[in-house]
Amino acid sequence: MDTMRERFSTVTTELLDDDPRLALVLAVISGDLFKEAARAHPDRVIDVGIREQLLVSVGGGLALTGLRPIVHTFASFLVERPFEQVKLDLGHQGVGAVLVSAGASYDVAAGGRTHQSPGDVALLDTLDGWTVHVPGHPDEAEALLRHAAADGDSRVYVRLGLQTNAAPLPVSPGRFPVVREGRAGVVLAVGPLLDAVLAATEGRDVTVLYASTVRPFDAAGVRAVVADSRQADLVLVEPCLAGTSAAQADEALADVPHRVLALGTRREELRRYGSWQEHVAAHGLDAAGLRGRIDAFLRV
Amino acid sequence: MTTETGARATGRMGTYDDLRPLMSRMTGDEKHGPAATSTLDVLWVLYDRVLRVSADRPDDPERDRFLLSKGHGPMAYYAVLTAKGFIPPEWLAGFGTYDSPLGHHPDRTLVPGVEIGSGSLGHGLPLAVGTALGVRAQGLDRTKVWVLVGDAELDEGSNHEAVQYAAAVGLEQLNVVVVDNASATYPPPGGLASRFAAEGWSAVTVDGRDHAALHEAFTAPHPGSPHAVVARVEAQN
Repeated sequence: MDTMRERFSTVTTELLDDDPRLALVLAVISGDLFKEAARAHPDRVIDVGIREQLLVSVGGGLALTGLRPIVHTFASFLVERPFEQVKLDLGHQGVGAVLVSAGASYDVAAGGRTHQSPGDVALLDTLDGWTVHVPGHPDEAEALLRHAAADGDSRVYVRLGLQTNAAPLPVSPGRFPVVREGRAGVVLAVGPLLDAVLAATEGRDVTVLYASTVRPFDAAGVRAVVADSRQADLVLVEPCLAGTSAAQADEALADVPHRVLALGTRREELRRYGSWQEHVAAHGLDAAGLRGRIDAFLRV
Repeated sequence: MTTETGARATGRMGTYDDLRPLMSRMTGDEKHGPAATSTLDVLWVLYDRVLRVSADRPDDPERDRFLLSKGHGPMAYYAVLTAKGFIPPEWLAGFGTYDSPLGHHPDRTLVPGVEIGSGSLGHGLPLAVGTALGVRAQGLDRTKVWVLVGDAELDEGSNHEAVQYAAAVGLEQLNVVVVDNASATYPPPGGLASRFAAEGWSAVTVDGRDHAALHEAFTAPHPGSPHAVVARVEAQN
């Protein structure tokens, strides 16, 4: 199986051939994956060098002329470093783009904090009107990339990472499908954490929802399954900063007394190297780490 | 169909002599300091004689693009847009008020003819690079992209990313006019034109109040390179 990032390159190369409105903007990262596309479309595959402010602004400028830019680098350098460009050169100008990140929260674990971006989605949440896809499998990444490229002039963030579930689910932007039904509470698993959530809740009487698209947040879907539970208890399990979707969850359940447990990466900087798998465990996001906290919260 | 002259902003809606009275509608003051009018002559010459834009077709895909990056003190900009028929004169009196589309920094979604919302420094030139790449990718070979920046604004590092990249890829459709009123905290030795030239731009320095000199600088050929015009005006106090 290829990685999500490799799938991104094959799908985008194909989309650039098919849709003259698409353009790809790079800042060196992944440039080797797009050599063929750059040869085929020298005017629409643009590598600005190691210039991340320019990377995002060029996307804004391309969009102002009516093109649909796909803008790509590591999450740290795509969302955090040029954040004002994301805010002003896309949002304030009223234009769209597809931002596609690699690296996620700790893919480059051995690279340390500089290449980790657990807060990317939370930071984007301070802005208006972003769709956020967090695929859990390369097949989902492909479907969501195709959806994003064709999604009008909307502003879309696609968060790609190395961690994946064993099997893909059909993608359903705007809706959180039910993967398992139960009565003791609801667990929302985001993207690549679905397998760990299913393992952690094995044999428990809980409903598991799945989100490969977290924005828009499926408030109606959450309300409906929480209403079918014995208690209005919701656990969020996200591969990014703990609490990233807590505000959306509270808003969805604003009219009922409820409890929310928000699990994700911890805010404190983890000064460890190693592998992404070790970081998943260190943040308590593997099945064993999740099980204890979910059981205690739902009292199952 | 557009033609070389027909697509230009024509002078029929107003003249240069109308600009100061139009500005006074915004400020209620006939006497503007150099800062408030530093961009006036540059904007006028561009809109009157250079840009292929028309209030009749503000969204024409083949139009030239003018991006006001220096969004501070946009009264001269609004006055020129009014003189050229993009915005009605009645809007000017409301400048900066809650119900007015004319803010102290322009918003492209509120004002016809305004290509970018600006105010935060260092965004217009990088956006102009993307715009020039976009028109080039769509084969709009006659379309030129202009961006107006301030000399102090060039301190922002985002501009340097854009300046280096634009020259490296020979972005001929891109044109920058720097209104230089000596307001940079640490002015570059040798002047701004030498900085652009060192990166590979066509670059020239002119008197920013001299309409003939501005026109000549704006229309100078620059095959294979982006073009920078440094327009010097009175120092800001």
